[in-house]
Amino acid sequence: MSTAIEVAGLTKHYGQVTAVDDVSFAIPEGKITGLLGRNGAGKTTLMSLLTAQEFATQGTIRVWGEDPVENAAVLSRMCFIKESQVYPDSFKGSHVLRSAQWFFPRWDVELAQELVDLFGVPTNRPVKKMSRGQRSMLGVVIGFASRADVTFFDEPYAGLDAVARKRFYDVLLEQYSESPRTVVLSTHLIDEASHLLEQVLVVHEGSLVIDANVDDLRGSAATLVGRASDVDLFATGRDVLDRSHIGGIASVTIAGLNDADKALAASAGLEVSTVSLQELIVRRTGANPAEEAA
Amino acid sequence: MDDSRPLFQQIAEQLEAQILDGSLAEESAVPSINALAAFHRINPATALKGVTQLVDAGVLYKRRGVGMFVAPGARERLRAQRSEEFSAEYVRPLVVHARALGLSAAQVHIMIDKEMS
Repeated sequence: MSTAIEVAGLTKHYGQVTAVDDVSFAIPEGKITGLLGRNGAGKTTLMSLLTAQEFATQGTIRVWGEDPVENAAVLSRMCFIKESQVYPDSFKGSHVLRSAQWFFPRWDVELAQELVDLFGVPTNRPVKKMSRGQRSMLGVVIGFASRADVTFFDEPYAGLDAVARKRFYDVLLEQYSESPRTVVLSTHLIDEASHLLEQVLVVHEGSLVIDANVDDLRGSAATLVGRASDVDLFATGRDVLDRSHIGGIASVTIAGLNDADKALAASAGLEVSTVSLQELIVRRTGANPAEEAA
Repeated sequence: MDDSRPLFQQIAEQLEAQILDGSLAEESAVPSINALAAFHRINPATALKGVTQLVDAGVLYKRRGVGMFVAPGARERLRAQRSEEFSAEYVRPLVVHARALGLSAAQVHIMIDKEMS
């Protein structure tokens, strides 16, 4: 499997704030990778660094083996759709689409028009008068029509309703099936998007807390409930995400369990329930599940 | 889809279920990877993994350049395999619970006959 992007020891400070803290990972070529984490975890900063829109304080970034900074050959093959992209005040949607062709050598005019129609983007409206959802859709159109080798979508569906989001997923799969490319999708809607992903990177407070294949991750965490002494015995030396006690009963959530581990827990008299991917990530990033769902 | 189990396994199980209930007949074509991915809104690599698992198990076979097909005899083999799983997953725990309640085999037989009639 070849690697599109490789990052080692990447750190970004903004004054006193450490937005990205000594992060190392690889993004595989030709796959859909999810960049997940809570708001303010460092997702946007990370993508800005990878696309050389921000400069690293420390560490190295290699895109197809090259440093992306001031590297037109590399940057012209990447497309970064920012959540809060700012356009010149006088620009209408049509101006944005026309100027996008200058930046992306493989721009697909027909696809852009097709997607404008599908999403109902009002291209003759000034971008600053568009709603949040309409601006998001304009970004989505650019992301796909750029036909870039690596496309970053940063929270691509801010302000989009459920119907428009489904359309986005369908277009993503259709485009990806037609011409496989590297896609990095940042989102906090984990339950919705996780089915589309092959790899996930989870960041929390600037650090990388999960870097895994989605299939390996799904079903790898479980909540075990039983007599406190049995639970503690089983949990010893394992990766405990969460623990609570009531009377003599304890409940722990443990990551990195395989089927044999779960069978062992069940035979020790513990009640085993598998934790969903969304819950696993929520617990790993230290949030209260109820609060995150709200 | 159930979010707590690997999706490729669920894809494989759904295809198996369709073979078992006859909606995917032997020697008939299985939907393409891209069609499965689009229908379930999942990553094509996940769909491929599910289908590959069934190819490795001899349930499906590949005709080069044409696609995937249900292997002859697949239904009977799946049925035998599922019966064994049924015994392990349902009958064995049932016996454990019955013993805990002090029920005899004869009493359990009567209950089963009643439910199945």
